[in-house]
Amino acid sequence: MIREIETQLAAIERELSSLGTAVVDKLRRSQLQRDRQELEAAAAGDLSPADRVYLARHPGRPNIDDYTAALFQELFEQRGDRQCADDRSIWAGIGLFHGRPVTVVGHSKGKGLEENVARNFGMPNPEGYRKALRAMEQAEKFGRPIITFVDTPGAYPGLEAEARGQGEAIARLLMRMSALTVPVIAVVIGEGGSGGALALSVANTVIMLENAVYSVLSPEGFASILWKDSSRMEEACGVMKLTARDLLELGVADRILPEPSGGAHRDPQAVFRALDGLLWSRLRQLEGLTGSQLAAARYEKFRGMGTVLCPSER
Amino acid sequence: MNPFLQRKEQLFSLERRNRRSRQTAAPRQVPDNLFVQCPGCGKGFSRLALASNLYVCPGCGRHFKVSAYYRLSLVLDSGSFEELNRGLVSNDPLDFPGYGAKLEAARRVTGLTEGVITAVGRIGGMPAAVAALDSRFLMGSMGVAVGEKITRLIEHATQNRLPLVIFSASGGARMQEGILSLMQMAKTSAALQRHSQAGLLYISVMTDPTTGGVTASFASLGDIAIAEPGALIGFAGPRVIQQTIGQTLPEGFQSAEYLQEHGFLDAIVPRGQLRAVLVRLLRLHGRRAEA
Repeated sequence: MIREIETQLAAIERELSSLGTAVVDKLRRSQLQRDRQELEAAAAGDLSPADRVYLARHPGRPNIDDYTAALFQELFEQRGDRQCADDRSIWAGIGLFHGRPVTVVGHSKGKGLEENVARNFGMPNPEGYRKALRAMEQAEKFGRPIITFVDTPGAYPGLEAEARGQGEAIARLLMRMSALTVPVIAVVIGEGGSGGALALSVANTVIMLENAVYSVLSPEGFASILWKDSSRMEEACGVMKLTARDLLELGVADRILPEPSGGAHRDPQAVFRALDGLLWSRLRQLEGLTGSQLAAARYEKFRGMGTVLCPSER
Repeated sequence: MNPFLQRKEQLFSLERRNRRSRQTAAPRQVPDNLFVQCPGCGKGFSRLALASNLYVCPGCGRHFKVSAYYRLSLVLDSGSFEELNRGLVSNDPLDFPGYGAKLEAARRVTGLTEGVITAVGRIGGMPAAVAALDSRFLMGSMGVAVGEKITRLIEHATQNRLPLVIFSASGGARMQEGILSLMQMAKTSAALQRHSQAGLLYISVMTDPTTGGVTASFASLGDIAIAEPGALIGFAGPRVIQQTIGQTLPEGFQSAEYLQEHGFLDAIVPRGQLRAVLVRLLRLHGRRAEA
């Protein structure tokens, strides 16, 4: 639904910019402006899970480059896994957040086809996860808090990725992140797809943007596995419980950051300001804990995922 | 509890399970007839010949999938098996359509309540915490209950300073439990981190197939990584990779042998030698400085 609204809005904008000052044009303009208001109201209404998947993947949606530029100063990018390669689909670096050094790690999709391709559409190879681990272990060494940005369709399912141990790279990161003695905050800004997203999300606090999604697998992959039909993607979105609100209820997300109506790309500055405030308050709370308390709190958070029943022994 | 009563209870439950499986279906890993044709070499064998060879093809050495109880019976000292958290199940957290019926069917066919068995026992006289996933139970997929049973086992091992052996056989995260299945990867890995920090040994044994979220969590985190010959081991499934790269995959891709060549396995051990290798490894890690 949101997709059609966006198309109509774009058409209205085009027509508005082509109108002159003649009386008919003025009449048309006020008509179009009324239409635009109605459409925007519709876009602000209840979004279906599939709408949110669409917004989470929107090409205009702010990505890690936008967030790092808006939130941190004196950025220094750290590249390479020190073993064999530099994976451009993971960004890692150091910057100042409210005057204090933090380590920033996140999935990087880039904007426009050329950047998308160079960064493999945000789908990391093992080298990306090993770079992330290197940056995080360094953060721990220097006592820097870690902020991660999650935005990936999933880890890259490629031949070389397998040869170089995709599973091992993710597993190692999950294991080590659980015991880090510095504050870790994860922000799901777009798509949180599968183990590739979880690998950067073993955090003390998981923040999700209102229209971000986070799921065990992409809806297409889910439909393909369960129903052998990837075109039933919208149906999959409906049953997967992948929206921020679902994940808050399931205890996977801790906080939801509201977005402007129509999505984060409609007013990125407002999103940056709100996220800045939320990150700062969470960080100050976490900094009140000792290293071992931080690790213990993170352990307990993930230890409690899911409920089990123990019916009478069979 | 009175050990005699407990023993009696165990015997009765075994008997109940046997009766149930006789009523419904025979084990699924081999066709339910007298002769089995090996999909590897095409030769036919009697079921008895295959079973007495530990479900390894006498012709070509192909390792058939086996059930979790059978798997543990091959490595544990007889009489030492003590199951933990049996009967533990998850609720259906997403109210997923049709999931309840699927679970019931899997329970009927396998006689298991969930896709993993966890236990403590002895291997060559040495105590160990062990788990075996069962690929007949919804592809051995990891949902909340599987993740919880494994995590409890690891925590039990950490508290009691036990070495840990996990036999993986899984298609990955259980789709029907959605994001909470994914979280089990973090949960089990975190528990292993504590086990490791306590200076304890974890041996991961990957059997056919070990893929997806299980590969990307506990299966890949062993101090010692072992696999059975020919086992399929990988993160993404071959079909997905083939679609991604648009070309046919090389022969033997994602086999245990391929993984060893790329540096991810210490050893490939045939089923018949597995127990002996585990005994040796436990012995090599058994005597610490205080001895």
